[in-house]
Amino acid sequence: MVVSSAWIVVGVVGIATIAFKAAGPVLIGRRALPGRIESVVGLLAPVMLVALVVTQTFGGEKEITVDARVAGVGAAFVAILLRAHVIVAMAIAAAVTALLRLAF
Amino acid sequence: MGDEPTASPRIRDGVRRALPLAPSPVLFGLSFGVLADATGFGAVAAVVMSATTFAGAAQFASVSVLDAGGTVAAAILAAIFLNARYVAISVAVASIFPGGKLRRLAESQSIVDESWALSGRRGRFEWPILVGSGLVFYVLWVGSTAVGTVLGGVLEDPNALGLDAAFAALFLALAAPYLRERRAQQAAALAAGITLALIPFAPAGVPIIAASVACLLGLRRSPRTGSPGSPWW
Repeated sequence: MVVSSAWIVVGVVGIATIAFKAAGPVLIGRRALPGRIESVVGLLAPVMLVALVVTQTFGGEKEITVDARVAGVGAAFVAILLRAHVIVAMAIAAAVTALLRLAF
Repeated sequence: MGDEPTASPRIRDGVRRALPLAPSPVLFGLSFGVLADATGFGAVAAVVMSATTFAGAAQFASVSVLDAGGTVAAAILAAIFLNARYVAISVAVASIFPGGKLRRLAESQSIVDESWALSGRRGRFEWPILVGSGLVFYVLWVGSTAVGTVLGGVLEDPNALGLDAAFAALFLALAAPYLRERRAQQAAALAAGITLALIPFAPAGVPIIAASVACLLGLRRSPRTGSPGSPWW
């Protein structure tokens, strides 16, 4: 890897992300969004979080991968259903996944 | 959290609510630093990226694309696709930021998935929770990235420790409170389907962006909402 390529990525992604995060608060200010748009935006939380769960659990190199992660996240899912603390759920996911990777 | 006053929270309430989630940014900041160092991304570049981009998934995506021999453009696109959600997220919370443009520009940088999710826990977005928790996550994220680059080859494969699954578990735990409402469940199910369908075909990050169309279910006029407080399963 050429060192300068990393710095190009750091610069462009950094500036873009800063702009993304500022887009609402700086450009839109205190104006409230119309109700329907707000209800659409309100659904972004579960939608994005679930999409992130799916990619973190099943995402491979352009393929759906079923490996130790699935068992780990499944165990965490059960823990969350039982109202376990987020740290407990994360620890369970990590432990189950790591043990399975160790075993196979 | 039941002992907290229901009146307007303060920055320190945001700090306090962020602390239970602290292991996540610390562990992933450490592993990001170690990974970036190990793949030749560069220690300083890794720390600067954590300080400016401040979004774990996109940072991991950039480093892994470059490490896998991907182009600079591919690494940038993957990260930008992953972070495009922050446009929608920042619009969602835009109205809660006080002060002038410069202050809003600075404070908007505290927006990250976890701080945003925490700030919306009580039915509306709360600025002190967002900024307070975002500040905690920022310090932990940048600091642990720096420590990670120093640790170097100690953690040769962070995923061997199951950290990738812990990351998924964190997002799952953050999603759960939202999924008590029927329409959120439907949108989430649609998003999961879109993501799964696109993973085999689309570049990293694109399935997540595409899944965002599921939020258009919010346009439907009469939502059938679940009874408040009922378990979402």
